[in-house]
Amino acid sequence: MLKFILLVNKQGQTRLAQYYEHPEHERVSIERDIIRKCLAREDSQCSFLEYKNFKLVYRRYASLYFIVGVDHTENELAILELIHNIVETYDKYFDKVCELDIMFNLDKAYMILEEMVMNGRIVEMNQNRILLPIRVMDQAAQ
Amino acid sequence: MALKKVKGSLERVFDKNLHDLVRGIRNHKDDEAKFIAQCIDEIKQELRQDNIAVKANAVAKLTYLQMLGYDISWAAFNVIEVMSSNKFTFKRIGYLAASQSFHEETEVLMLTTNMIRKDLSSQNQYDAAIALNGLSCFMTPDLARDLANDVMTLMTSTRPYIRKRAVLIMYKIFLKFPEALRPAFPRLKEKLEDPDPGVQSAAVNVICELARKNPKNYLSLAPVFFKLMTSSTNNWVLIKIIKLFGALTPLEPRLGKKLIEPLTNLIHSTSAMSLLYECINTVIAVLISLSSGMPNHNASIQLCVQKLRILIEDSDQNLKYLGLLAMSKILKTHPKSVQAHKDLILQCLDDKDESIRLRALDLLYGMVSKKNLMEIVRKLMVHMDKAEGSMYRDELLSKIVQICSQNNYQYITNFEWYVSVLVELTRVEGTRHGSVIASQMLDVAIRVKAIRAFAVEQMAQLLENSHTVASSAQRNGICEVLYAAAWIAGEFSEHLRDPRGTLDDMLRQKVTSLPGHIQAVFVQNIMKLYAAILVKYEEDEDNDGIREVSDLLVEKLPMFVQSGDLEVQERACCILQLMKYVKKLQDKDVSCADEVAALFAGELNPVAPKAQRKVAVPEGLDLDKWINDPPSDSSDDEGPANSLFIPDDSRMMNESMTRPVVEELSDDELERRREARRAETQNNPHYLKLGASAKGSKYQEVVNVEDIPVANIDLSVPLYVPGTKRLSDKYLEAERQARKRDKKRRHGKKSKRRHKSESEEDVPVVHKVDIMGGEMPEGATESGDEGNLELDDNDPHKLLDIDLDRPLDADEKLPVRTHRIVSPSAEDRPVEEKKKHHRKDKEKEKKRKEKEKKKSKKEKKRNKSGDDSAHPSLLIATELMSPGHEAIPSPGEEEEVAPPSAPVKKDTTPKKEEPKDDLDFWLSGQDAPVAVEVTAPEPGAAADVDSDAEDTSRHKKKKEKKAKKEKKEKKEKKEKKKKSKVANDEDVDSGRRDGFEELNSDGPPLPPMSSYRLLAEDSNIKMTYETRVQSQQGQQLIVSVIFTSLAEQHLKSLEFNVMDSLNTKMDRLPGATTHDGVPVPFQLPPNSFNEGQFAFQVQSINVAQKLRGTLTYTIKTEESSTSEKLDFKLYLPCTAFLIATPCSSDAFARLLQGGELSSKYSIKLSSGGAPFSHVLAKVCFYGHFAIVEQIDQSASLYSCSTQGHHICLLVKANGGGDVSIDGKCADGSLLSNVMEEIKVTAS
Repeated sequence: MLKFILLVNKQGQTRLAQYYEHPEHERVSIERDIIRKCLAREDSQCSFLEYKNFKLVYRRYASLYFIVGVDHTENELAILELIHNIVETYDKYFDKVCELDIMFNLDKAYMILEEMVMNGRIVEMNQNRILLPIRVMDQAAQ
Repeated sequence: MALKKVKGSLERVFDKNLHDLVRGIRNHKDDEAKFIAQCIDEIKQELRQDNIAVKANAVAKLTYLQMLGYDISWAAFNVIEVMSSNKFTFKRIGYLAASQSFHEETEVLMLTTNMIRKDLSSQNQYDAAIALNGLSCFMTPDLARDLANDVMTLMTSTRPYIRKRAVLIMYKIFLKFPEALRPAFPRLKEKLEDPDPGVQSAAVNVICELARKNPKNYLSLAPVFFKLMTSSTNNWVLIKIIKLFGALTPLEPRLGKKLIEPLTNLIHSTSAMSLLYECINTVIAVLISLSSGMPNHNASIQLCVQKLRILIEDSDQNLKYLGLLAMSKILKTHPKSVQAHKDLILQCLDDKDESIRLRALDLLYGMVSKKNLMEIVRKLMVHMDKAEGSMYRDELLSKIVQICSQNNYQYITNFEWYVSVLVELTRVEGTRHGSVIASQMLDVAIRVKAIRAFAVEQMAQLLENSHTVASSAQRNGICEVLYAAAWIAGEFSEHLRDPRGTLDDMLRQKVTSLPGHIQAVFVQNIMKLYAAILVKYEEDEDNDGIREVSDLLVEKLPMFVQSGDLEVQERACCILQLMKYVKKLQDKDVSCADEVAALFAGELNPVAPKAQRKVAVPEGLDLDKWINDPPSDSSDDEGPANSLFIPDDSRMMNESMTRPVVEELSDDELERRREARRAETQNNPHYLKLGASAKGSKYQEVVNVEDIPVANIDLSVPLYVPGTKRLSDKYLEAERQARKRDKKRRHGKKSKRRHKSESEEDVPVVHKVDIMGGEMPEGATESGDEGNLELDDNDPHKLLDIDLDRPLDADEKLPVRTHRIVSPSAEDRPVEEKKKHHRKDKEKEKKRKEKEKKKSKKEKKRNKSGDDSAHPSLLIATELMSPGHEAIPSPGEEEEVAPPSAPVKKDTTPKKEEPKDDLDFWLSGQDAPVAVEVTAPEPGAAADVDSDAEDTSRHKKKKEKKAKKEKKEKKEKKEKKKKSKVANDEDVDSGRRDGFEELNSDGPPLPPMSSYRLLAEDSNIKMTYETRVQSQQGQQLIVSVIFTSLAEQHLKSLEFNVMDSLNTKMDRLPGATTHDGVPVPFQLPPNSFNEGQFAFQVQSINVAQKLRGTLTYTIKTEESSTSEKLDFKLYLPCTAFLIATPCSSDAFARLLQGGELSSKYSIKLSSGGAPFSHVLAKVCFYGHFAIVEQIDQSASLYSCSTQGHHICLLVKANGGGDVSIDGKCADGSLLSNVMEEIKVTAS
C-alpha cells in the first residue's frame, strides 16, 4: 500500500503532501530527510530507494519530483506507472501542468489525487473517469 | 452606512485568499516565518467570524500551511464546522483539511459521527464520496464501529463511484473494528464479481490486503481469485491477485502447482513490465514454497532467470535494479540457475548507479566458487579503492568478509591469502567494520590451526605498524583489529618470529590512546608474550635478556595502571604486582619461567554460537516449578486491593533464601554431569583439543584434502613490507599459475575430467585446515533458527486473523443504529427496514439496468452477478449463510425461475460442504470437472445429424479418443460409474434410433434434422448443443456442447458458466460458487471442434427452462492473449426430459385405459405440404417419442419422462395438410408444455 505521495520542487520545497498513513511523529523532519535523499540522486540512478522500513519510488518531471512511499509489497514498476498517470492526469486537467498550477490549485490537485488513490490504494486509473467528477464540481461552482 | 461597514469587512476578509497566501509566501522569501505567523493570526481572526465562507477560506489556507509543515491541529473544531456546511464547495474544503490534518488521536472526531453519517447517506453522490475519502484518512475505532453499517449499505449503492469507495473504506473499518469483518465479508466477496471493473478491483485490493496478512483464512477464496486471474485483463488487478497468490502458496503448495502454468503464460504474453515483474516474483515465491519435492520446475526457473536477464541487460536502470532484486530471491533456492549469469552480475558491479552495485553485491555471495573467489575479492578490493563515500566502501568490505566466510569458509582454498586480505582491509580508510575484520582474524586464527603461524606473523606486523592504525583510531573503528592482533600474537606467541620485537611494539606509548577494551587485551597479552619470552630465554640461559625484558615490563606497565578504564587498570595493577614478584624471584636467581607460563597454559577452544542456548536443563530440574508454594492464588485476589501493594516481606525473604538451596541440590547433579562431559569430550571428534588435528576433521572428509596436490607457495618472499604491493594478489597469481600448470598436466587426459573442470573439486586447496563447529554441550546439535515469523502484536492485522469460513452466528452483526430501545420485536426491525430499503434499491436497479441494456452491451455481459446479488440484506445473509459459499441466494433465481414456491425451501437449506474439502478438491489437480466428460458423440445421434456433422464426426472421434486417453488415469476412479452411464446413453439412443429407422424405411427422404441447436456464436467460436437424459437419473440432464473454433488462433481456457436458477443448477466443481464457470477440459486449435458435456440438476421438469450463461475464453496469439466473452441462453425444453421409450401396443392400450393419464391436451399444426411421415418423424425426433403403432395417416406415440411421466400421443393427419395431435398425460402442465414445444419444432 502507498504510505504517502509527495510533490517536491528542485529546491526541496513541498508542493503537495498526501499521507495515507499517519506519520508516527516528526512528519516534517522525515519529509525533509526523504526529500534530501531523493534530490541527491543522479539521473543515472534508478528510481527506487530503500528508506527505513519502506521503499521510496520517485520520478522527476522537469523541476518537480514525485516521491511515493510504499510498503515492501508494492510493485515498484506499477508505482512508477501510477506516478506517470498522475502527471498525465494533471497535465490533462491543468493543460500543461507546471509547479504554479499545483501551488495555486492545491485543492484541485488533492481532489484529483483522491480520485486516483484512496486509502493508500489505487482506485482509478482512467483519466476521463478521474476528471469527470472534478469537472462536474467545477461546473457546479461556476 | 451599515451596508458600507459590512462591505468593508467583507473586503478585508477576502483580501487574502489561498492564492494571495501562496503568492505572499513566494514574495516573502526572506522572512517567510514571520509572514506566515502573521497569516496565521489573520486566519485565527477569520475563524472567529460567523460567516461560513470566511471560515472556509481560512481553512483552505490552513490546509496549505499544513502541507508546508505547520501544525494546524488547533483549528480542528473549525475544520469540523466547515465540514458540516451544507454547501458542497465548503464541505469539500472542510473534508480536505480534515483528511490532511486529522488522525486517530484527534479528539474532536467524536463529534463528527452523525455528520459523516448524514453525508454518507446524502443523495448527492459527491457528498458521500468526499465523506468516504475523508473517512479513509481519519478512521477511528469509534467511527469504524458506528459507521460500519452505513458503509456496508453503501457497498450496494447503485453508483459504482460510491460502491468502489465503500468497498475500499471497509478495509480501514476492519482494521479499526475487526468485529465487522465476518458480517461484512460475504458482501465484500460478492464485490469480486461486481459488474463495474472499478468496484471489482477495489474488492480485489481489499481482500488481497486482508489475505496477505492472514493468508490462511483466505485459502478458500483461491478458486475465485484463480478464476479472476485467468479472466481479468486489468493489469492492476492482476498484479494484486498474483501478489496474493504469492502469499497463499506457502500455505498450500498444491496451489503453487496450479499457478505455475497461468503465470508462465502471463510471463510469456504480457507486455507490461510491472506485471511481468510481479509474475516472476510470484513464480519465484511459488517455486520456493515448492522447492522440496517438485523437481520439474526447472523450465519455469529458467524462464524467470532468462526474463530477469533481459531486465538486467536493459538500459533502464530501474529494470536493472529490480532484475537484480528478483535474482537474489531465486539465488536462495536455485543458486545454480543464477550462477549461469555470473558474467552479467559481475558486470553490474561496475554499474554507475550505486544502488545497482549494492544489489549486485547482494547476489555476489551466490556467485563465488573456490575457483573465482580470489578474483572476485580482488575486484571488490579494487572497487573499494575507487569507491567514494564510506557507505559503499563499508558495504563492499562486509560483503568481502561475507562471501569469504560463508558456509564455514567453504570457498577459501588458501587461508594465507584470506589473512592477507583481512590485513589489507585494515588499510581501508574510514570503515566502521574494524570489529568485523577483527572477529574474522580471531576466528580464522583459532579455527584454522595450520594458518596460525602465518597469521601470527601478520599480526605482529600489524602491531608493528600499529601507529598507522592507531592514528586513525579516533576516526573510526579500524583500531579494533589491534584487539585481534594483540590477542593472536599473545595467545599463539610460540609462532612469533621475534617475540621480543612484538613485545616492544605492544608496549609503545601510543597504545594508551586506544580504546579501553583493546588496551585490556594488550595488557593481558603482554603478559602472555612475556611468559613465552621468559621460557625461551631460560632455555637459552640468557640471564641478561631475562633481566632486561623484566625491567622493561616493570618500567612500562605503569602507563596502563594510570588508565581511566577500570578493566585496564585492574589488569595492569595485577600484572604489575605479578611482575614485581617474578622480578624478586629472578633477582634471587630462581627460575620461574615455567610457573609464569603455567598461568596461560592450555588451549582455548572455539565455542559454538548456540552452545549456551543448548545447555540442557539437568535432569530433575524443573525450571517452571515453584520453588516455594506459589503466592496466594485467585481466592486471595478478592481480598482488599491494597494488600497487593504491600510486599509480603517475609515471603520475599524466604524466596531469596531458598534459591541457593536449589543449587546445592543440583550440585551432585552437576558433578555427575561434569564427569560425563569429560568423558564425552574425549570421544567427541568435534572437540578441539591438543593432537586433534591428527584426526581427520569433517571438513577434510568432504574435500578429501589428501588427494589434492598442494601448491608450493614461495614463502621466502619477504612478507612484511606493509603498504607496498598487495600481498593477496600474490596468492591470486600463485593460484593462477598453479591452475595453469594443472591444466597443462591434465591436457593429455581430457575427456572425462574436462567435464568436471567446472566443478569445485579440482581446485587445489593449499592449506590443510581444521575447520570445525564450535564446542557444544553434549547431546545438543546445531540446528537452524527456530524463530517463527509471526505478526507483531502491535500489528493491527493480528486482530484480523479471523476465520471467515465459519458460518456467522446469530449475534454477529454490525451494530445498527437504533433510536431508542423498543418493544420486544425490535430485534427484527432493522432487518425489515433493510429489506425494504433493498427492495427499493432493487427496483431502481432494475430500471437502471433496462436503461443500461440499451446503452451498452458490454455492461450486459456481466450484469447479473454483482448489483442485485448484493441486495439481500446482510442480516438475512446471516441466517442463510452456508458454511462455504452461496451465502446469499444468487439473484438469477428470482428473475429466472418459473415456479418459485416449492423449491425455495430446499435452496435455502445450507449445503453441507466443508469449504476446506472443496478447496482440496479444486487443488487436487483434477483439471476435468466431474460433470464434464468428453465423449464421442453417440453414433446414433451423429448419424441423424446433417451431413456436415457426419463428415467431421470422424475427426472428432479421433480427437476425443486422444483426450480420453489422457484423462484415463484421472478418471479411473469413476470408470465404473461412467460405464453404466454410457450404457444408458446407448440404450436411449438405440430407442431413438429405432423410431427413426422405421420411419426412414417409410419412403421419401427425410429433411435433415439435427438435435443440435445453435447456442451462441461470435467471430471466434460457435457453440451448438444437445441435451441428453438418462432414464434412471430423473433429475440429471446432460448438455452436450460442441465448441467449434472459427478463429485463426488458438482458443484457450474456455469456461462455461450458466447462471443457476432455483430449479436448474449446473454441476460445478466442488467448492466452486455459482459464479464460477466450469472449465472446458480442452483447448481449441484453429478450425477444430470438440465436445464438452455439462451436467445439470433439475428439480421439476414440467416447465421449460431458459438459462443465461456465459462462455469465457482466451484467444492466444504469439504476442498476446485476450479474453473474450460470449453470452448465450441455454434453452432446456420440456421435451428434453423425455426419453423415447419403446412401448408395445398392448401396454399402450392398458395405459390409456388405466385412467391414470387424466390430463388431455390437443394441438393442431400445419404440415406445410410435407408428407405425414415427415411430420411424424419430426415429432418423434424433436419430441423424443417412440412410435407405438402407425396406421396410414395416424400414429400413436409414446414417451416417458425422466421422472416417470407417461405421455401418449395420437397423431392424425387431417385433410388439407393439417395434423392434429391429442395427448394424454398425468401431469397437465408437462403435457401442455411438451405439446406446445412440439408444435413449434414440428411445423
